[in-house]
Amino acid sequence: MSIEIDRDTCVGAGQCVLAAPDVFDQTEDEGISFVRPDAPEGRDGEIADAVDRCPARAIALVDR
Amino acid sequence: MSEMVREYPMARTCPFDPPAEQTENGPVSKVRIETGATAWLVTGYQEQREALVDPRLSSDFRREGYPSRITTQARTRSFISMDNPEHQRQRRMLIKYFTVKRIESMRPAIQKVVDNLLDEMLDGSGSADLVSQFALPLPSLVICDLLGVPYADHDFFQRCSSVQLTMSAPMADREAARDALNGYLLSLVESAVDNPGDDLIGDLVVNQVRPGHLTAGEVADMCSLLLIAGHETTANMIALGTLALLRHPDQLAELRESDDRALMASAVEELLRYLTIVHQGLRRVAVEDIEIGGAQVAAGDGVIISADAGNRAPDAFDGDPDELDIHRSARHHVAFGFGIHQCLGQALARLELDIAYSTLFRRVPTLAVDASLDEIDFKDDMFVYGVRALPVTWNTEADR
Ligand code: SF4
Repeated sequence: MSIEIDRDTCVGAGQCVLAAPDVFDQTEDEGISFVRPDAPEGRDGEIADAVDRCPARAIALVDR
Repeated sequence: MSEMVREYPMARTCPFDPPAEQTENGPVSKVRIETGATAWLVTGYQEQREALVDPRLSSDFRREGYPSRITTQARTRSFISMDNPEHQRQRRMLIKYFTVKRIESMRPAIQKVVDNLLDEMLDGSGSADLVSQFALPLPSLVICDLLGVPYADHDFFQRCSSVQLTMSAPMADREAARDALNGYLLSLVESAVDNPGDDLIGDLVVNQVRPGHLTAGEVADMCSLLLIAGHETTANMIALGTLALLRHPDQLAELRESDDRALMASAVEELLRYLTIVHQGLRRVAVEDIEIGGAQVAAGDGVIISADAGNRAPDAFDGDPDELDIHRSARHHVAFGFGIHQCLGQALARLELDIAYSTLFRRVPTLAVDASLDEIDFKDDMFVYGVRALPVTWNTEADR
């Protein structure tokens, strides 16, 4: 599973950062969400919560 | 449908609960709004979340069929009433100011504002109006600082914003208040063009006005939205939330005695859900025929999503949704809306509420409301719900 964030649709509400602070962060210059390079393995529940709470439906889990 | 078509908005019967009639005709029903037009009222939680992410529902109030309140002639327009891509373009200019991290970095400054306000309040006689002395100045000071608006003018813009948000105020007064506030902000933006400060207005002037992406007038409209949204809503949540917690002394005691920051965070989410101060619905118009919760909504139909009903919907939250429960997992509430228009300032609101409640209850353990519920003036006639004043007392000896 990998996480994909649609940077064009993200509205920067930061729900993903609240749901899974180890996994998501927002860029300083634009405030758009990204997956932290140091994101730990696991955290599936938190990530699912982030997907559910993202108001812009910008986060997708894709099979790799 | 054979049910009678109800009038919307409906009045609350209990000051803390959304009107029960909203849901009597099911999760999606027809209502008659203030202008005499009919619209769809969406009260089911799932139906609301689906509707709010559906791009076939437009936020553009200029479109035919938009379920307007009896409103002023709209002369100003900000991204809250735009659709993508225009909405996204403008919102993007602001996001970096409201990220979770950037807002968290404001914690010490906000804590200081809270401490100073409480120092002043507690200096007095042992009684105060919590709204004018604490709940309103706190978010006003914070948003003024962020935008670059002089707080010294707070009487003026608080009055303008309050009149604009009062449904029962005469139209001419509301239009005058809107124009006065916009004129004021426009002059701030124009003076920033020559001399930009290190604040949001200065940033927008340098990065948007000077290169020609936005006009000074568009920036003033944007700032009017941020200024109003940034102080009215949070102020109402601080006062109403305090009142709600004081009415639940066991939960309040638990909050006061715990130093678990997660418990306060959970209480803030639960209060946002339980109180849902945006109580006149999020309004949209269908641009295509769509189905919402089994109802056939035609292009041009107005749609009203009542977040207050959605946040009390059975099955959407664990336990009894009509009970306040600070341990409930309520984070998926729709008090900030959902979809692309979800509140931009939500991280700031959360932080201010967290600091306000925790400091207030820690520093004033004997805080009590000095009025019965029916003596309290609830803002039922405003777009944002709250209390006009909240007389409180405390024991000056015990709280020294
Ligand atoms: S929750 Fe969604 S919209 Fe908000 S910052 Fe995260 S990805 Fe972007």
